[in-house]
Amino acid sequence: MTRKVAVVGAGYTRFGEHWERSLRDLSTEAGALALADSRLSGKDIQALYVGNMSAGRFIGQEHLGALGADHAGLTPLPATRCEAACASGALAFRNACLAIQSGKYDIVMAAGAEKMTDLKGTDAIATLMGAGDQEWESSIGLTFTGLYALMARAHMAKYGTTREQMAMVSVNNHRNGVRNDRAQFRYEITVDKVLSSPMIADPLTLLDCSPITDGAAAVILASEEIARKFENPIWVLSSSQASDSLALHDRQSLTEINATRVAVRNAFRESGLGPGDIDLAEVHDCFSINEIIALEDLGFCRKGEGGKFVEQGKISRDGEMPVNTTGGLKSVGHPVGATGIRQLADLTMQLRGGYGPLQVSGCRTGLALNIGGSGATSVVTILGNSDLKGR
Amino acid sequence: MTHNSSVPLFWRLQKSRYTLTGTKCHACNTAYFPPKDFCPACRRKGEIREFAFSGNGKILSYTIIRVPPEGFQNYTPYAVAIIELDEGTRISGQIIGNPENVGIGKRVRPVFRKIQEDGSSGLIQYGIKFGIA
Repeated sequence: MTRKVAVVGAGYTRFGEHWERSLRDLSTEAGALALADSRLSGKDIQALYVGNMSAGRFIGQEHLGALGADHAGLTPLPATRCEAACASGALAFRNACLAIQSGKYDIVMAAGAEKMTDLKGTDAIATLMGAGDQEWESSIGLTFTGLYALMARAHMAKYGTTREQMAMVSVNNHRNGVRNDRAQFRYEITVDKVLSSPMIADPLTLLDCSPITDGAAAVILASEEIARKFENPIWVLSSSQASDSLALHDRQSLTEINATRVAVRNAFRESGLGPGDIDLAEVHDCFSINEIIALEDLGFCRKGEGGKFVEQGKISRDGEMPVNTTGGLKSVGHPVGATGIRQLADLTMQLRGGYGPLQVSGCRTGLALNIGGSGATSVVTILGNSDLKGR
Repeated sequence: MTHNSSVPLFWRLQKSRYTLTGTKCHACNTAYFPPKDFCPACRRKGEIREFAFSGNGKILSYTIIRVPPEGFQNYTPYAVAIIELDEGTRISGQIIGNPENVGIGKRVRPVFRKIQEDGSSGLIQYGIKFGIA
């Protein structure tokens, strides 16, 4: 990276069903949490990037950049909305990084927010399907669970991945989420419970799926010069983004997400790191199969061995590659536009150390993968608690 | 709030949805469905013309939708598959008949069916589904 960037503040609201609170309340709370964490004041923020997938359909509200700045009392700063479906959060983060790297700004806030429970269930399903191909996927009755079910079935047929292995992803993430006081679901589940929960789209059951959630998250990014004045800046070692066809059926392969493979290759090249150098990961588990595919695409295990990797307990918080140590999308919840920022806020806290019951000991580098749609956008971000100077 | 239920959208896509009409680039011999007016491989050297797909192909993967979106409740459960058409292009389509008979690798043929209805007085949409051959 040309100009170094670091995270100097982070926070997120409790995730869950906030019937009593609006999108603007949640966004403002997240921003205030990040500011308090950084000990900066709102006046120090020079630009705002807001990740949001579909406020226009979820609550009939567009123009989220200005809304966020307005309600937080940050006008007239430039405020921009970023959208890439469920990857909107990481996209806002990346654009905030680029804005600092360009030399234009020194302190920028990247936030993400989604208010999903104002819509009834079938309308929320239809809105989420906006991340796929409206003319040729939604039109035949596909849902998002359906799209990932198509990937799951293909992965099972090609590699022998089992229903039990997928269920273990949900079990692991729920177990981790028990420790997280902002998680939507703070209880453990079992493989049997996942397998016996209602079938949504074969082979995926209800407990293979992340929930519908309200929530917001924010981080504050600073240029190297500013960040060095902070006690424990967390450095952005790389932020990389790639795209693929909107429709799943147009992809070369149903068992991998090429956008992730391209994004992570570039992220490793940029940071000079490899999969073996990553101490913990936040991986986009919108559906259990997606975490298995991601483990392979990110290079943590060989192609086709993601299920086995999970079964061997390697992703548990004391395993060789701790994944979703704060609960993942499955347990923390998945307010789509907020998730990418929430992942990076959690990594920031882990890399600083002292993250209470969530802390994984001895971590120095963390990777976050935020995926949009069925894989049409992937954003990979690598953070570290040193800037790797002299490597 | 159903998608795909406006009259202009339905009319615009009607030909492709009724007859599986796509396009083919005669410079590189690649067929596209849905139709592309621009060949991503050949770019400005491409030679795109209309092309009718047979609708015959085989199932690459499938699922059975049990929690449907609005407009599809009356058909639930139903199978959806990704189909590799004999012309090499892949599409998503519903598979008619007992969903339990669907399987990876099975051959399919096209059938003309009702796809969805927008309530009791809204637009009824027709199009191609697939049957096990």
